Amino acid sequence: MTTATTVTPLATYRNRTPYPFCPGCGHGAILDHLNAALVKLALDPRHVVIVSDIGCSGLSDQYFATSAFHGLHGRSITYATGIKLARPDLKVIVVMGDGGTGIGGAHLLGAARRNIGITVLVFNNFNFGMTGGQHSTTTPPGAVTTTTPGGNLERPLDICATVAVNGAGYVWRGTSFDKDLAERIADAVRAECFALLDIWELCTAYFVPSNHASKKTLATTLDDLGLKGGLLERGEHPEYAAAYRAEAERVRGKPVAGPRAIEPAFRSTLDRPFRLVVAGSAGGKVRSAARLVAEAAMLADLWVAQRDDYPITVKTGHSISERVLSPREVRYTGISRPDVLLAVSEEGLAKCARQLAAMNAGDRVYVLAGIEPPPTRAQVTTIDPASAELKLGGGRVVLFALSQVLRDLGFLPLVALEAAARRYPEYAEENLATIRAALAVAR
Amino acid sequence: MRELIDGSAAIVRGALDAGCDFFAGYPITPASPILMQLLRELPKVGGVAIQAEDEIASIGMCIGATLAGRRALTATSGPGLSLYSENIGLAIMGEVPLVIVDVQRLGPATGGATTVGQGDVQFVRWGTGGGYPVIALAPSNVQECYSLTRRAFDLAERFRCPVFLLTDKELDMTATTVEIERYERPPVRAREVLAGVARSAAGAADASVAIADPPPYRYEPADRVSPVAQYGGDTLVRFTGSTHDERALITKAPAKVAALNEHLRAKIEEHADEIELVESDLDAGARTLFVAYGVTAGALREAVDRLRHEGRAVSALIVKSLWPVPERALRTALLDVDRVVVAELNHGQYRREIERLAQGLEVRGVNRVDGELITPEELMEAAR
Repeated sequence: MTTATTVTPLATYRNRTPYPFCPGCGHGAILDHLNAALVKLALDPRHVVIVSDIGCSGLSDQYFATSAFHGLHGRSITYATGIKLARPDLKVIVVMGDGGTGIGGAHLLGAARRNIGITVLVFNNFNFGMTGGQHSTTTPPGAVTTTTPGGNLERPLDICATVAVNGAGYVWRGTSFDKDLAERIADAVRAECFALLDIWELCTAYFVPSNHASKKTLATTLDDLGLKGGLLERGEHPEYAAAYRAEAERVRGKPVAGPRAIEPAFRSTLDRPFRLVVAGSAGGKVRSAARLVAEAAMLADLWVAQRDDYPITVKTGHSISERVLSPREVRYTGISRPDVLLAVSEEGLAKCARQLAAMNAGDRVYVLAGIEPPPTRAQVTTIDPASAELKLGGGRVVLFALSQVLRDLGFLPLVALEAAARRYPEYAEENLATIRAALAVAR
Repeated sequence: MRELIDGSAAIVRGALDAGCDFFAGYPITPASPILMQLLRELPKVGGVAIQAEDEIASIGMCIGATLAGRRALTATSGPGLSLYSENIGLAIMGEVPLVIVDVQRLGPATGGATTVGQGDVQFVRWGTGGGYPVIALAPSNVQECYSLTRRAFDLAERFRCPVFLLTDKELDMTATTVEIERYERPPVRAREVLAGVARSAAGAADASVAIADPPPYRYEPADRVSPVAQYGGDTLVRFTGSTHDERALITKAPAKVAALNEHLRAKIEEHADEIELVESDLDAGARTLFVAYGVTAGALREAVDRLRHEGRAVSALIVKSLWPVPERALRTALLDVDRVVVAELNHGQYRREIERLAQGLEVRGVNRVDGELITPEELMEAAR
């Protein structure tokens, strides 16, 4: 990795192509200061990436003999962030107009909050110069633009205050006329934090003729708006890319999540796909109990599909677990007609009305005691957790019921369910007790 | 040995095994499991994963990171993909290798967040301005979520373009038994990086002619893909989303613009055979050909089995490379049948492509847009 200190300072980071900007436009002056800053910093040009936004300032990168990225309007900060996260050693400098602070406002906030180590130069000329002089987020009140013919009615965005209050490490406001601009840019790049320079300047094509703007009015506008210039923020809080790496170092080299293999140790007598639906409610441990059934089936050499359905408000409402168990690979994972439906709550049962309606005489419905047995062609059995010899908390009822269902069905050995329970040591003791309690109840 | 695994976990494992070392994403059901898993796993292997402020930033960060040497992945669903749209165009234009997972849910708009759909099939193909080709793969089961993620990373490098992995809520969030030894592990090529001309930093910044040397792009011959110029290497790098010449300098010169745009088309369309991936299960005596992709292929496999068990001859083609359309395999499969049935969870988006190739044949669709899967029984019915 080449660092700035090993490089012979260059006389210029500009190439020989002349700027394309209108006479009197501030862009050229700011870019000359950027060049002077790069000369001061003596950076390897291959380690400087100028990321330009859209608008006249978006043309800037073509005039520099550094690396460059020219992307979409308002998104320059996102590309710069990606580059910085990938290569924190690079100096990433964003050149954007005031327009970009509007369309890319969310990125401006995100970058400030992360204090990501990029430097943002806002070429702020109070209007969209490239597209015909429309108003922008920074157009002063009353200013005339092609889209505010009666004078601007919107309050201008205080870019500096916005990023400063949200975590930017370095914030400065000035103008393209400032003699120390190059030093300011160099200072900002050196700061290695989210550094934003709000550089006010003149758009001689549109804003100047429409508003009699001049170097002098830049100063009066500042006063009128009650804003301040100069260095406005210099914080020392952590820069994101560095902080991320420090944090990542703590887990570096730890094994990534790999397959959790399940070795068949039992045999099942199941000779066709079997479809089980458990219909319950959030908080009832429906999914975890049904997961044990799936793993028990795999321990018994069966193939499984495991599908859970619940509302996005996860702590309330229905919780439906569907399990397809099969002696061969499960290719179709849906269940339109269950072989068995276990209802452990009314709201769960209501959610399965269509599946219930599709069930036939050979199918079975199990309901917990207290749930009204639904009208169905299937054979209905009631399971009473109160019959257990130990007191079951609400979270153990589903596993209790499922154990009894599996005993009834007979194709899956209950030792496989116990073996599945032992795979989760934290809950094994309680789950094993629940399974045994279920099996202790007389049929 | 077997495991119980869902499509999200298989995609994450496929990405890690493919050398993915950058992820940016924004929470959205049903793609969030990929975001959460990679946030946890990537730092362990020296990668970077970040939850961005929105979907626009997610893909933007991925594009920036890719050009700084990373292999990037992002994952979203239809509403998020809508926000990716403009940057998909940028990735096409700037030739950025990038893998985008679209875990489809039922649309339009917020639609059904936890409901299955296959409504983004034409959206991924035409989802950005300009109309240039992209590559899209569609795994048909959990096992293929792993292998096609690897393949997507490989194709992204081969063709320097965004590659979509089109899955759906059911595939990503339903766990199935997978035989661990049966995962296919297609090779993932290393990125070809543009080597700079050896010269001092002072030379590189020589203010005379060479803005970037060698040029980061090549358009002759039109179908040739050039190595990727990466930031922070031994050459200056230029990148732009505007029409540009080989040096990535903005141009409107018609000859240059035409060469660029012809290149973006030719590099993919003239190599469609390299991308083509289907599962052809053709029966010489069949009069009906079924076509399906993604999660719907599971029901098709089941239906074909049952129909054959009943003594009926049917053919099936499962499309795993949706874009470009695998025309060679489709034309072969269409040769000896009278009728084509295209099954998909939308109003017939891919059927349009089949109809284009099946002139003179009866083409009908089996379609659902109610958030439920197409069942094997519905397909068996369509065979009668």
